[in-house]
Amino acid sequence: MKSEKYIKIQTIVLILLRLVIGYHFLYEGVDKLLSPNWTSAGFLAQANWLFSDMFHFIADSPSLLTVVDFINIWGQILIGVGLILGLFSIWAAWAGALLIFLYYVAIPPFVDGFTFIDKNLFELFALLVLAVFPSSRIIGIDLLINATKKQKS
Amino acid sequence: MADKESKEGQKNQISRREVFKGLAAVPLLGVFSYDFWRRKTLEKAKRKITQLDLGLTSDAPSVLPSTSLGSSGKLVRIGIIGVGARGTALLKAAGFMQAEVYKELFDDSNNDDKRAKSKLETYYNQYVLNVQVVGICDVFDARAEKGIQIASNGIQPNGEAVDNKNVKRYRRYQDLLANPDIDAVIIATPDFHHAQMTIDAVNSGKHVYCEKAMTMTEEELNNVYQAVKKSGVVFQLGHQNSKNETFKRAKEIIDKNILGKVTLIETSTNRNSKSGAWIRHLDGNGNPKPGTPDSIDWEQWLGSTPKVPFDLERYYGWPRWFAYDTGLAGQLFSHEIDALNQVMGFGIPKSATSSGGVYFYKEDRDMPDTFQSVLEFPDREFTMLYTASLANSRSRGRVFMGHDASMIVGSGLEVIANGDSTQYRSKIKNGLIDTNVPFYTYPTNPVEIDGISSATEKYYAERGLIDTKVQGKSMDITHLHMKEWVDVIRNGGTTGCNIEKAFEDTVAVLMVHKSYVENRKVEWDHIQRKIV
Repeated sequence: MKSEKYIKIQTIVLILLRLVIGYHFLYEGVDKLLSPNWTSAGFLAQANWLFSDMFHFIADSPSLLTVVDFINIWGQILIGVGLILGLFSIWAAWAGALLIFLYYVAIPPFVDGFTFIDKNLFELFALLVLAVFPSSRIIGIDLLINATKKQKS
Repeated sequence: MADKESKEGQKNQISRREVFKGLAAVPLLGVFSYDFWRRKTLEKAKRKITQLDLGLTSDAPSVLPSTSLGSSGKLVRIGIIGVGARGTALLKAAGFMQAEVYKELFDDSNNDDKRAKSKLETYYNQYVLNVQVVGICDVFDARAEKGIQIASNGIQPNGEAVDNKNVKRYRRYQDLLANPDIDAVIIATPDFHHAQMTIDAVNSGKHVYCEKAMTMTEEELNNVYQAVKKSGVVFQLGHQNSKNETFKRAKEIIDKNILGKVTLIETSTNRNSKSGAWIRHLDGNGNPKPGTPDSIDWEQWLGSTPKVPFDLERYYGWPRWFAYDTGLAGQLFSHEIDALNQVMGFGIPKSATSSGGVYFYKEDRDMPDTFQSVLEFPDREFTMLYTASLANSRSRGRVFMGHDASMIVGSGLEVIANGDSTQYRSKIKNGLIDTNVPFYTYPTNPVEIDGISSATEKYYAERGLIDTKVQGKSMDITHLHMKEWVDVIRNGGTTGCNIEKAFEDTVAVLMVHKSYVENRKVEWDHIQRKIV
């Protein structure tokens, strides 16, 4: 696998975008991890669009909720770390996009508001950009993994 | 893992440059840790200010008595005089809801109507008081009928219908008072009847729950005061605010000097509707509300006031005329003075200066629609400003202004530090207190919102989910006020708005009204105990 070819300014901007989004994910994950009372129940209960029945079902089931909270918290942390370190970054970006997609469809802005655009949607597309324009093989641990694989082959 | 393997296994084959590039972002995790730790420490410090540094008791609302004192002991038999809107609300507070109203709430609640749900939940939270309503008195047949229905088969807080065949209608309140089987009376008539009814009730040995305003004149006030003091009856004035947790918390904040020296208190009334200005004789479609000279005993309604022909406007909108009420002073200022007196414990003001006018509503009325009163408390070194508009409903709150902080009290309260505070100078400088946002709120907000909170957390806040998580049951404060009265009747003790407290509040009401009517500053002579 060869690393992507970008001009310098493209590389810098892509890496900065990756770091900023990674930072946000990591902060949200760690913040929830350290807040003993945090739960996604309220958010899920408010779901009002696609899959809302499923979200409500999760909110009403304590055991399922524990699992979903765990996945959400550690998902955010791992995605954050992955993006910052450039470790399995492409997967992290796709996973992040999927997570935000779920937040978006649970409570989309157009149900109560006038526009379909909100910060979730920005972050979702930013993650898609990171997924299709990866930078972790230029700066990031993926570079070392890649190099190791090259040595082996 | 991958990092480790790559270093150990293939170290020689990977250039230093590649290792550097591979690990270039690792220091950012250090930056992250520091940033996170710094924010959390600051947050913690801020949170600490709200409770420990302020020396306030825990955030949980004070616990309601777990055993319902009301449900044990002797049955208290009640008579009610006046079953209008307020009378009906008082019956509900006593544990009797009109069956039709209950059914409507119940159906709406089953149809997922949130307002109906919360109303019903609040009703279910009421204690069973073990009281029976046996006497109904109203000059209007339709209202008396409604009262009889509520008393005989209304719905109780446990959801069950009452089955009471002993309800009697009285056309004259004197006859109701003459019934020896009635222990206590609720008086919810227009204000100008309160004094005489209270005196007559007390003299016939009945306990009294009287709606505000208590009296129209100073002479009446003194007569009621003497009558209640002489008797052994339990008296409660309908200033139910004393049961609001928020005011208890506000008092604690004042007592602990969290605001510093308070020199100005502003409180207000803000309404902007015909109904809010007591123009109430028409229904939603513009047709006259029910009531004719045949169904309303107009002579009795007028009592000792000047004789005027039957008038539906007066019947439904009596507070507009000074013959029947003390205007905004009696209607709305009375609740304000009660709330503030509870918090500050100031007693009776030294002086009052009122002004205003009928500037908006051109219907027949004495009551001003724009009204201000300035009350001075020189002994306590502060001024209270009451300002009312019936033609603009912008919320102007209730603000206690201290040298160190302001406290805004509504259904909840918040405390905001003042930028020039002495007490909080160093905390403001250190960033522990932000003067743009409250450093204390009640009920306490359980979720912190900061600059980089996720969209999810903001959703919590924006959609009001935070408020639904506040602990504690929702209770009707009028019910708690009623319960206190019944508990004291049964077990002894003193009521929250007993005759002493009612006297103080009513003097202030009468001062404010008198100042407006006589267009001059009035003072309280505490030696002669009269308004001069």
